[in-house]
Amino acid sequence: MKKLSFHPCGNYRENYAQELAIFDTWFGRVCLGVFLAVLFGVAPFMLSPYLLYILNTIGILAIGAIGLNILIGYTGQISLGHGAFFGVGAYAAAILATRLDVPFYLSIPAAGAITAMVGMVIGIPSGRLKGLYLTIATLAGQFIIEYVLIQWESLTRGTMGITLPAPKIFNWTIAGDQAFFFFIFICLVLTTWFAVNIMRSKYGRAFIAIRDNDRAAEGMGIPIFKYKILAFAISSFYAGFAGALWAYYMVSITTEPFNLGLSVEFIAMVIIGGMGNIPGAILGATFITLLNEALRFVTGILMNVGMITSMGLNIAPLREFVFGLAIVLFILLEPKGIAELWRILRSNFRLWPFSY
Amino acid sequence: MEFFLQLLVNGICVGLLYGISAMGFVMIFKASSVLNFAHGELLALGAFFFLSLVTWGKLPIAASFILTLVGCFILGFLIEKFFLRPLIGEKLIFVIMLTVGLAAMFKGLILLIWGGNLHTYPEFLPESLELNLGAIYVAPVYSASLVIGVIFLVLFGLFFKKSSQGIFMRSVADNQKAALSLGVNVRRVFALSWAIAAMVACMSGIVLGIINGVNVHDLSAIGLKVFPVVILGGLDSIGGAIIAGIIIGLLETFTGGYLSPSLRDVVPYIVLVFILMVKPYGLFGLVEIERV
Repeated sequence: MKKLSFHPCGNYRENYAQELAIFDTWFGRVCLGVFLAVLFGVAPFMLSPYLLYILNTIGILAIGAIGLNILIGYTGQISLGHGAFFGVGAYAAAILATRLDVPFYLSIPAAGAITAMVGMVIGIPSGRLKGLYLTIATLAGQFIIEYVLIQWESLTRGTMGITLPAPKIFNWTIAGDQAFFFFIFICLVLTTWFAVNIMRSKYGRAFIAIRDNDRAAEGMGIPIFKYKILAFAISSFYAGFAGALWAYYMVSITTEPFNLGLSVEFIAMVIIGGMGNIPGAILGATFITLLNEALRFVTGILMNVGMITSMGLNIAPLREFVFGLAIVLFILLEPKGIAELWRILRSNFRLWPFSY
Repeated sequence: MEFFLQLLVNGICVGLLYGISAMGFVMIFKASSVLNFAHGELLALGAFFFLSLVTWGKLPIAASFILTLVGCFILGFLIEKFFLRPLIGEKLIFVIMLTVGLAAMFKGLILLIWGGNLHTYPEFLPESLELNLGAIYVAPVYSASLVIGVIFLVLFGLFFKKSSQGIFMRSVADNQKAALSLGVNVRRVFALSWAIAAMVACMSGIVLGIINGVNVHDLSAIGLKVFPVVILGGLDSIGGAIIAGIIIGLLETFTGGYLSPSLRDVVPYIVLVFILMVKPYGLFGLVEIERV
């Protein structure tokens, strides 16, 4: 237990343990505890099914975004194939569940592992390429995976889609938004915990070293190819895991959603949330999901306004426009994302009334 | 044999279009090292400007063509000024995602204004451009695009070789710091290269629109097709883009004709991965050597 203290005004860390600490003060720990207690104790019982659906979507996408943040934010490898990895996970879980009758508690991690293998294959070019060339290679990966998902009809049933059985454990079936809420958010907490801790380990430090300067990292004795592939594997494990959860939650899946647009949304989450920041990825997923839902709501209202429909204007593309605008504004105004805004807000409180 | 020849001609025609669409992309990369994901939307914007001027504005073809080029020139200038200049020296991912965001914005705008339907231009190409070599038929639009492509290629070749601005642009592409220290106005070069590239993009958009009709989704898909082309040709080689465009176009039509139509769209990307693994700087690209 940390002693009762406020945030210090400067960096007074004296040893590595302090540097690695997740919570600087006991207050942060308590806050997180209270937040989790409210999240699990109050939210699922108070909220309407629609709001729970939004929360669940946020939870699933947050897992995927954390994975992408490990790759982009920590290792510095830009991947445009994350949406396809998400799809691979969804299909792996669906195929395991329908063809082989694998129970969900095995099929979801297995889907993650399968996606990790696919991710490692897509990550192989990172041994030779970096920067924008690697980005283009992952873009090609996205299209190739999409093609395989649609065309390998004997396995994926092509555009017909697959319907999954409800996840079942000892006669207890997980169904409905509330049950899934617990399931998804326990997974989110576990995966967040794992991601935060891997970044404090030898592997996380190697990732960061590769991001900051790959040549220097290699000079320091880090086998960069191995670690880049590892980063791809972890990142796509997260994507596959999230995809598998999504497949169970949505009950039936088709290839349609796993396109380049989804990959772009994942990158937007990472950038808007804050690169190289695990809670940032969750914030980014929240932001993008809420933005999507809000825009859907607004366009829904505008569609019903008689004047606009009579003018023959189609309002639906407004969503795309605002989504692009959000990305552009965040990059131009606050490239470190919501996590940085949150930090500024906190430090304003801390330094008040003498903020510089 | 006839089938083969027809495929060959089709492939060259389609490939030429890819090459022409890739030209603007290469120009932006050459001058400012920006990977432009909004290229397809720029193509679409040009095509739609032209469409509005021709069908709604009822202007003569030549006037609306010139007006569109001027409009896109200004548009490219504004994009550089407001969106890309603040990002000079920023991390790669921000620049990439900015162009992705711009792409979404443009696409939304185009859909909002013109809708997602297929529009067509009125017929205005002379019939004499039609080529009929025995069994092989080349539509007038393709020969027109060939002519336009060659004209632009020559114009740009001259521009880069002879004009002072062109030489400034090449110097900036070669070494920004050295160009800066020798008195080249790098900012103006960036702005100019975006403006010219947008102009080229909209010209290609018009040509594509004449051939396939104007549709946002198709044109932005072509913006992504440009990637295999530019990687094969070398990211900073305009001539390479044309040649690689023809190679990719041939590859696509032959795969579509002989193997399977569904493989057609994905084959360029398979080739892309292969090239990246074997020869990442493409056929004519400048090999970057990193020294510690």
